[in-house]
Parts: sequence; C-alpha cells; structure tokens
Amino acid sequence: MEADEVLDTSGLVCPMPILKTKQSIKNLEPGTVLKVIATDKGSKGDIPAFVRQSKNELLGMEDDDGKYIFFIKKK
Amino acid sequence: MAEEEEKKKKICIIMTKGTLDAAYPPLILASTAASMDWDASIFFTFYGLDVINKKKYKNLKVAPIANPAMPMPVPNIIGMLPGMTSMATMMMKNMMKKANVPDIEEFIKMCKEMGVKLYGCQMTLDVMGIKEEDLIPTEACIGAAAFLDIASDADVTLLV
Repeated sequence: MEADEVLDTSGLVCPMPILKTKQSIKNLEPGTVLKVIATDKGSKGDIPAFVRQSKNELLGMEDDDGKYIFFIKKK
Repeated sequence: MAEEEEKKKKICIIMTKGTLDAAYPPLILASTAASMDWDASIFFTFYGLDVINKKKYKNLKVAPIANPAMPMPVPNIIGMLPGMTSMATMMMKNMMKKANVPDIEEFIKMCKEMGVKLYGCQMTLDVMGIKEEDLIPTEACIGAAAFLDIASDADVTLLV
C-alpha cells in the first residue's frame, strides 16, 4: 500500500505510538495517507481504536514479524 | 457542519495519590484521550496534588513498604530500612527509561500541549498549606461541587 508520510515508532511503548501518531496526523492535509510502524504489541488494538475515536480512516494493517504496520487516511 | 457540532467525548479523572507509580496511569489515559480529540480533565486532590506541585513532581517516589507488586518484592522489614525508598524509585525510573517511557515532567508537558485540563483541589491547598503558585499552572483550583459539575456529563470517570 502506498503512503504519503511514514512514522516509525519502533521501540516505543504505550501511549507513545498513539501520541506520536496524533502529532504527525495533526499536521497533515485531509486525505493524506500516513504509514505508522510500531513494535508495541498493544498498538495492534490501540491504533485502530485511536483511528476510530479520532474519526480518521484505517485503510489497512499488516503484521510483519513483530512489526505492526498501519495505513491511516486523515479525514 | 453537523459532525463538528457533535459533543466531544469526555473523560474526568480524579487523582488522589502522590507516588511515582500511581502518577503514570492518569497522565497516560488523559493524554491518550486528548489525542483522540476527547475533552480530558484531571482533578488533583489530597496527595495527588504532589503530581502537579512544582517542588515535588520531579521527585515522586515508589513506596517499597506494603508493595508486594515490585519486580523484586522486598519484605516490609527490609523496605523500612533507610535508602530503600530511593532504591525502589531508582528501579522504577530505570525500568521506564529502558522502555523509552517519558518521565512525569515530560508527560505533564505533553498533557498540557494536547489540551488536557488540570484542576487543583482548593480544599487540599488550604488544608496542606500549599500555595496556588506552587502548582504547575492549572485551569483552576476548585472544590468538590465544581469538579462534579464538570464531570457530570463525562463519558468516562476514573478515580486513581
């Protein structure tokens, strides 16, 4: 999947992947796709919850051997 | 637009504890809620006020006595020895640092930047002789009724 911006939160634990995602997404234009990479196991549930609550859109999610990759479209 | 007029979700947390381990969860939950565009408030009361007390918040401690949950449990009789509180605190600080978790000072800064509203308990200030200027700037120092008024339409309320 193609992304316009990439945020790598590898090595960070809850809630930092969420807070960093928020910081990145805040500055993006609507419609931009942000790819978030996380190694925090909780992010598997946290990022989809964040996307739902912040009314953005989760385009896809991949589990790549301990690295969780999310594609978020800014609303 | 109708969507923008929709009421934000709201979380109100009451923080009553002044230990390092207890300080993290409210700050984590409030900053995360704010990141999801929720309206987030924390009411600091009793010893919880230490978490926003400029003279104390950088030196919050972990109590080794009556704390069987530490990674290396310490019998109470050892926990009472001088230096054990510092040791338990250092252990926790190192553990958090290793996991790249920001310290309390940074967390409070992030909370403020993200719009989390901090409230001090006026009664605690009076009883403990703490001045409002000793605190990290809050929205206001308020009493029980005023906080309940804020919390009355919250979607999530928590006592820590």
